[in-house]
Amino acid sequence: MSAIAEKKVFSTPQVLKDNVYHFCPGCHHGLVHRLAAEALDDYNLATSAVGVIGVGCGVFLYDYLAIDCCEAPHGRAPAVAAGIKRTNPGAFVFTYQGDGDLAAIGTSEIIHAANRGEQITVIFVNNSVYGMTGGQMAPTTLPGQKTTTTPAGRSPLNDGHPVNMAEIIAILPGTAYSARVSCHNLKGIRTARKAMHRAFQAQVEKRGFALIELLSACPTNWRMTPQQSLQRMEDEMIPAYPLGTYKDF
Amino acid sequence: MGRVTVKEERCKGCGYCIEACSSANLYLDRDKRNKSGYSVASFKDDEQCSGCALCAEVCPDVALEVYR
Repeated sequence: MSAIAEKKVFSTPQVLKDNVYHFCPGCHHGLVHRLAAEALDDYNLATSAVGVIGVGCGVFLYDYLAIDCCEAPHGRAPAVAAGIKRTNPGAFVFTYQGDGDLAAIGTSEIIHAANRGEQITVIFVNNSVYGMTGGQMAPTTLPGQKTTTTPAGRSPLNDGHPVNMAEIIAILPGTAYSARVSCHNLKGIRTARKAMHRAFQAQVEKRGFALIELLSACPTNWRMTPQQSLQRMEDEMIPAYPLGTYKDF
Repeated sequence: MGRVTVKEERCKGCGYCIEACSSANLYLDRDKRNKSGYSVASFKDDEQCSGCALCAEVCPDVALEVYR
């Protein structure tokens, strides 16, 4: 036996509670929760953070992170977060939203919060479908993608085109940071961790509005195995949603 | 040498860790199911594990802990 003591090289972030996630197998929400928890730990924000959660599969964030949380109505998380931040300038305020919440119902709120340069951080999980409500078409659904409301596949002629939020937010002057990352492989996850830290840093240093868009898998509503959904992300999602940092401070 | 522990109640058997492992130390145990009914990932200790923690980094359910 070796005399060298065994060391823990990977452990759960402190701010992440012990509760078992309710997410489906292969869903990336849990991973995004962990990346957010790591950033909260690293910036020592556990006691000053307020999470504002939109409606969607991520709605139970308060069950998983040991921080103060507030539930916002559909799409209104950036507006609620702006109010909390303006009345509590010392708090670290972030929103956690999905693509149905942020890119459809809450388009107005997100655009204007970014344009006003609100000092908040937005974590945007894009899985190209309405997950919680049962797999309907979202604005981010890719052309040809089958959903319960587009059974023959989304037709751009009839149903419009995918919305690229990271690029849209990046062109607004109030935005300090806007990036799109992916959770589909190890390299993507490591880039995502750095981007998450950068998005948190933007608020800590009072640089302005920060948005991080994370491409993620929804095997259940894509009707795929977890492995097939990772392949789909690489083959279909990333070409339509190019990864990169669109604005940095 | 490394070692991986699986928090079985957290694991949902998605298999991401098995694909990430370069030394094939993880496998899906079809005979073992947790309370939620999922087959869970299991660690095969044949002293090949380097403790790189790639499996834990890709785990969406934060079900793995790695020791080295």
